Amino acid sequence: MNKHKNDKTDVLLEVEELEVEFTTGVGTVRAVDKTSFKVHKGEFLAIVGESGCGKSVTALSLMRLLPKKIATVKANKIIFDGLDLSTLPESEMRTIRGRHMSMIFQEPMTSLNPVLTIGDQLTEPLITHLNMSQKEAEIRAIELLSMVGIPDPERRITQYPHQFSGGMRQRAMIAIGLSCEPKLIIADEPTTALDVTIQAQILELLKDISDRLGIAVVLITHNLGVVAAYADRVNVMYAARIIERGTSTNIFATPAHPYTVGLMRSVPRLDKPRVGRLATIEGMPPNLLDPPVGCRFRERCPIAESRCKETPPTIPASNSSPEHTVSCWKSEFVNTNAATLYGVETATETEKAAHGDKVLLRVKGLKQYFKISLREGFRSHDVDIRAVDDMSFEVREGETVGLVGESGCGKTSAGRAILHLNTPTGGKIEFDGNLLNGGNIAAVRRDMQVIFQDPFSSLNPRMKVGQILEEPVKVHKLREGKKARLDRVAELLTQVGLYPYMADRYPHELSGGQRQRVGIARALALEPRMIICDEPVSALDVSVQAQIINLLEDLQSTLGIAYVFIAHDLAVVRHISHRVIVMYLGKVMEVGAGNALYENPQHPYTRALLDAAPVPDPEIEQNRKRTILEGDIPSPLNPPSGCVFSTRCPIATKECSDVVPPLDEFAPGHTVACIQIKAN
Amino acid sequence: MLRYTAKRLLLVLPTLTAVAMLVFFLVRVVPGDPVENKMMGEFGDVTPEQVLKERTRLGLEDPLPIQFMNFMVGLPQGDLGISLVTERSVMEEIGGRISISIELALFATILSVLIAFPLGTLAALYRGTWFDYLIRMITIGGLAVPSFWFGMLLIMALLAVVGKLPSLDTAGLFEDPLANLYTLLWPAISVGYRYSAVIARMLRSSILEVLAEDYIRTARAKGLYERVVIVKHGMRNALLPTVTVVGLEFAFLIGGLVVTEQVFNINGIGKMFVEAVQFNDLTMLQGLVLVVATSFVLINLAVDILYATLDPRIRYQT
Repeated sequence: MNKHKNDKTDVLLEVEELEVEFTTGVGTVRAVDKTSFKVHKGEFLAIVGESGCGKSVTALSLMRLLPKKIATVKANKIIFDGLDLSTLPESEMRTIRGRHMSMIFQEPMTSLNPVLTIGDQLTEPLITHLNMSQKEAEIRAIELLSMVGIPDPERRITQYPHQFSGGMRQRAMIAIGLSCEPKLIIADEPTTALDVTIQAQILELLKDISDRLGIAVVLITHNLGVVAAYADRVNVMYAARIIERGTSTNIFATPAHPYTVGLMRSVPRLDKPRVGRLATIEGMPPNLLDPPVGCRFRERCPIAESRCKETPPTIPASNSSPEHTVSCWKSEFVNTNAATLYGVETATETEKAAHGDKVLLRVKGLKQYFKISLREGFRSHDVDIRAVDDMSFEVREGETVGLVGESGCGKTSAGRAILHLNTPTGGKIEFDGNLLNGGNIAAVRRDMQVIFQDPFSSLNPRMKVGQILEEPVKVHKLREGKKARLDRVAELLTQVGLYPYMADRYPHELSGGQRQRVGIARALALEPRMIICDEPVSALDVSVQAQIINLLEDLQSTLGIAYVFIAHDLAVVRHISHRVIVMYLGKVMEVGAGNALYENPQHPYTRALLDAAPVPDPEIEQNRKRTILEGDIPSPLNPPSGCVFSTRCPIATKECSDVVPPLDEFAPGHTVACIQIKAN
Repeated sequence: MLRYTAKRLLLVLPTLTAVAMLVFFLVRVVPGDPVENKMMGEFGDVTPEQVLKERTRLGLEDPLPIQFMNFMVGLPQGDLGISLVTERSVMEEIGGRISISIELALFATILSVLIAFPLGTLAALYRGTWFDYLIRMITIGGLAVPSFWFGMLLIMALLAVVGKLPSLDTAGLFEDPLANLYTLLWPAISVGYRYSAVIARMLRSSILEVLAEDYIRTARAKGLYERVVIVKHGMRNALLPTVTVVGLEFAFLIGGLVVTEQVFNINGIGKMFVEAVQFNDLTMLQGLVLVVATSFVLINLAVDILYATLDPRIRYQT
């Protein structure tokens, strides 16, 4: 099968001057602007960019899946396997879709039809395109399911999507995409909704299938680590245009566009100690209703000059292979000055700034159980879901403690329990020496604030920003009189990098990053000593994410606020935290100082997590041997006995399923809950 | 699936018991003495002793708990007591007239579904075109116009065009089906206009909602025929909320056509309600409420079961 690997030079898809326009109530948006690119047979091409850059629209327009009423697609040509798709009538286009070109979508939860069995959905394309009989199609469906690693496929094809986990559903989606052995699979953010260990499983599967069957894959993603780990070639998109393209090595080793450089510099690295503040690309991507003339990045570009008002041509990037092209007037300069483009990295600052010694928050044996009633036949009985089980930790003044783990590990429940947003089932929480309970929590709330994940739904849409910020000041009587309060609102807005005039705006008038800044300002309004940040950056694009992380760090150094930073992104947690707590199924697995934990992880789960997350460096990725955790995270309804990780642990022994491992000190300040490690 | 059905069936019993209790006491809170009213109507002047005698004969002087017990014991045997007015078994009285109401409800439902499904679907598929606007205008009319008034218009139109009304004494469905259906056609249309408007609008909006779902895009990405995408992937999901509406409306029609039955002079349950209230016929009223409530509960049960066959997520929840 290796012959497929070698002929990645034959062109499978050639797109010339693709243009997609959407008619909206406020005008025409050109979501893809004269974009040309090629996909070679059997290759893994990544299209990378931030939200709204046009990468998904490009994919959907190739499949002709955009709503016809509002989208107009034009192209000089779209030659796919010798056929010009741009002139193909819809009836013939249908015979291409799912047969020769198929697509995998971002949301496995909603992309499968809930009322049809998996088997039904999987046999459909086989019957439609390959004229198989129902019986033949079912046999093939079973083969396909086992090919994508779904155990017990005979039973699984009779089941419905809701009986599948997220990872399993995405596998089923891949099986559907694969069913007719297409020449091209377009995967639109296929792992964005999945946990990191599941992400690794899915991407390895895609890569393996692409290699074995010689199927080309177009991977659309915003995750640079994923690109580095899997892509042969990369197209970088910004504001509806491809601004740089080349092999994975070209792009990562010698980026030639200032946006590409900025994108890479603004993500914290999982595999390296922090290098001070993150580089940020200031501002936001342009509004495509009225895009700037010339280079579209010019308003955010640190090296823009007058020449940039003209659209730069696509030219070969210097010092690189011929495949590497860029659209920038100053690419040569970028190429040689990439390291200093966004400020000099202060490489000496590998540790976070020191924090105070005084313990601010002390959590001891925290338990948060949720009762749910399970019905069995006609009887029902209550079951405890142990969202957080026996968790202890401390947060000192001005310290950032990272809480990291996959979905369902209890990190959010822990945060909510500390704030008494849910009443903890057991354990003690002390804040500044006071034992918290339902009675005194209101008094402490001033000192202990929270920032939520979703800046879109956590701000009241009917209140102006000013009202949102004024309310806590008023309720807690921090300023007397309207004038003083409004001054405070202006002060808060300035503090988080917004403008005082934005007090008159409603949340929907702000961008995601700006809204998250309002969320931070709201937390700051009460002058808290500690903020619990629950996934504060996971809904944001990487360039905006860096701005928010820097803002949080700046506020910490000026105001001395302590953070409990809850996130699933391991690299972000490493960057921002003094200490990190790794959780799995409600239990603490490992605790350690940031660098020590990441450089010398002890717990097999921590190792697996770090192993599963790709880093944005193709060289490291190519030489990396992954051990990928198998299976799904067990249901918290029925957690494994003994060590909760024992069912997926590569080094588990029989003893592990009997004994609940205690959190033992491995090195000063570094504790691990694993009996195998203790034995060593 | 079997277990689901069995469970839902078992849940019906407590619901009906609660309804029976509620009805029994509610009816007795209504002011006025049915016996006195009746006797005054029949004989003019009556003495309190005569009334008391009659009340005792009818069992209305028994202590309330005893009356209640008699009522509840009778229920499982299908004994709803005796009408205070006609002194015939309530069950038989209702049985004689419910068939026409059920027939009308069924007829109206079938008519409405036949009209609403294509209209709602087409309006959704041709969203934003003149056709969609036309259908939306017509259906808004259906919601706004009261059924009985529309019925009156129909009668006047019939008089103007045909010059006569359909015969008032309805032939049985099995004796002369055509004549029977022709008689019921007009009330069915008058009720069905509103009914089909409700269904069509519901269906239109749920199809639009479903067609925007991710799995519809997946179905298209598989290269399925558009017809398959819409019927197999779209309609089945869009039917879920619509089924509920059809069921609820149908249940309402069985006991709820009080005015329309008057307008078309149909001897159904609706008219019976009016008579029972008019003559203060307590036992008849409680029997009627109970029968209507039971049909409501049973139809809801049928809807739930249908729902579970359409949506596997519900089936497996239990």
